[in-house]
Amino acid sequence: MSAIKLYVPCDASALAVGADETAQAIAAQAQARGIDIQLVRNGSRGMLWLEPLVEVETAQGRVAYGPVQVEDVAGLFDAGFTRGAEHRLGHGLTAAMPYLKNQQRLTFARVGITDPLSLDDYLAHGGYQGLANALLMEQAAIVQCVTDSGLRGRGGAAFPAGIKWRTVLGAQAEQKYIVCNADEGDSGTFSDRMVMEGDPFVLIEGMTIAGLATGATRGYIYLRCEYPHAHRALNAAIATAYANNYLGENLRDSGRRFDLEVRLGAGAYICGEETSLLESLEGKRGQVRFKPPLPALQGLFGKPTVINNVITLASVPIILARGAEHYKNFGMGRSRGTLPIQLAGNIKLGGLVELAFGATLRELLYDYGGGSLSGRPIRAVQVGGPLGAYLPESQFDTKLDYEAFVEIKGMLGHGGIVVFDDSVDMAAQARYAMEFCAIESCGKCTPCRIGSTRGVEVIDRLIAGEQPVKQEAVLRDLCETLTYGSLCALGGLTPYPVLSALNHFPQDFTKSPHAVAAA
Amino acid sequence: MKSEKRVIPIKLERLSSLAPAQRTTVLEVCVRMKAMPGALLPILHGVQDALGFVPKDAVPLIAQELNLSRAEVHGVVTFYHWFREDKPGRQVVHLCRAEACQAVGATELEAHAKRTLGVDFHGTTADGALTLEPVYCLGNCALGPSLMIGEQLRGRVTPRRFDELMQQARASQARSPA
Repeated sequence: MSAIKLYVPCDASALAVGADETAQAIAAQAQARGIDIQLVRNGSRGMLWLEPLVEVETAQGRVAYGPVQVEDVAGLFDAGFTRGAEHRLGHGLTAAMPYLKNQQRLTFARVGITDPLSLDDYLAHGGYQGLANALLMEQAAIVQCVTDSGLRGRGGAAFPAGIKWRTVLGAQAEQKYIVCNADEGDSGTFSDRMVMEGDPFVLIEGMTIAGLATGATRGYIYLRCEYPHAHRALNAAIATAYANNYLGENLRDSGRRFDLEVRLGAGAYICGEETSLLESLEGKRGQVRFKPPLPALQGLFGKPTVINNVITLASVPIILARGAEHYKNFGMGRSRGTLPIQLAGNIKLGGLVELAFGATLRELLYDYGGGSLSGRPIRAVQVGGPLGAYLPESQFDTKLDYEAFVEIKGMLGHGGIVVFDDSVDMAAQARYAMEFCAIESCGKCTPCRIGSTRGVEVIDRLIAGEQPVKQEAVLRDLCETLTYGSLCALGGLTPYPVLSALNHFPQDFTKSPHAVAAA
Repeated sequence: MKSEKRVIPIKLERLSSLAPAQRTTVLEVCVRMKAMPGALLPILHGVQDALGFVPKDAVPLIAQELNLSRAEVHGVVTFYHWFREDKPGRQVVHLCRAEACQAVGATELEAHAKRTLGVDFHGTTADGALTLEPVYCLGNCALGPSLMIGEQLRGRVTPRRFDELMQQARASQARSPA
């Protein structure tokens, strides 16, 4: 009898709740019982509330058990889980679980299924087909394919990727660069991390295709240093790609060159802003640059540079593999393809849900997310990171679509949804938004650098009930200055969470210290 | 008056008062990485990985190696939250303060952490074991509140779990003193 294949994720979120300990316990139990197992450390399926999620390969498919803690392992062996037997932690076939079954996984097609560091696994699951196609295409045709797919920047700004690429292709220079923005600093987002840890080759492939398409021979992944697991996974995958001629001076014997390296950030949120990221890559303070010139023309070290988010670049291989039409057929309006949505914060079934654009917030919060973790009513959600608006229940029917969110003065951003129950104090959240801006401001422009600190002070006075009408007027005026006077999105969008909290939850701002809370 | 050859007094500044071992480490990191384009951040990471911090006295040395001004290097070290100029405790605990963790009790956890460790953010416990740092997102937003001890990520950290983790960290330090 061949070894039984067991899967225990190596995703950082799974490790955070004990996946390593569970894997060790499984190995020890198997050895003690004389059961021959092969333990694969896969990425996470994205059902994070079930982590550590252990899967067993059976003739019918992979069977899931979770969350499996060390103390559950002996019982699972007793119940015969290595044959896929029933157990109170069992969920049946993984692929048939409702959370996964109804998703449309394009970018995340392999995440959780394969061994992230196995090139053979990657190839066996459709990896490097996009690159193979791209190597047979003219540069302009690759760019056209990405343009036709409707792919827009998944980092938050939603700028059409094909247009950026075309500008770089058209620019004349002896050196061009592909830069991947992996500075995923938005709270409530972790899709970049999950791809980098769970399927690093897809990012490498996407960047290689971008290099071929635009004539860039050098790539950098600018990774936040808070992601040590992703750092290790990327470095290991890059080494494997070099060793197997998928990177380097003559990749796939095509006569084309692409070199790739990971650089670490150093804990500055602002470095997720593209020009600030480029400054940081050049070894400087991460201060925002004026635009123009566009990075596509004068980017890294003054050279034409494609700078895209992880998910944008990781979506390129499937577009090249299956064609622009296939990708474009997902989605709604001008938001084409799929969005990996992250359910976070006070949510019962938190995790990653990749769907075509167009699902409503309500479907995600209740059908997928199962409501709040605390069991209390959901009062507000923040979509799009620390610079995204707080949305009240009345806006939960908004569709996840870039334009639909702009209409309600919000932003979809990187697809992170942070859930708060009814114990949240929205005035405190508004204050935090200003405080965060003050901590993370690069200091280049005055509205952001000083306005954020003034914002904290004004909100403090407002909450304390000192001339509240006047304070509110000052706060709104300040927000206008930030919106229209800031150089980049940090100062420019900080008013989103502040004003949405103030507009939708004004009662939270009017408690004076002497008043008894209404609840 | 006899014309004398005028000497412009250029004082060669002492590059640093780093301890010899630290100086060797900093130079080794610089030599290994300075040919990289945009080498300063990788070098600062290299120094901090090796020494636990970027000593103030390392700044002139790094500046000289990279042909930058001390002001430029100082500017970069102080711009980024991750780099620290003071020696930390034996382990650094990064506690997430961001919204997703706030939604599941990070604010209470922060207060608990400060109270039980007896430090504010950036502070080191009296026994030199642990330094507490704030962090804005560890990418574990579905399983918060989160913290990272060294490079070990931990999720669903209740105040009780926090105490256990700190106890474990101290115990492991006692077993393998740095």
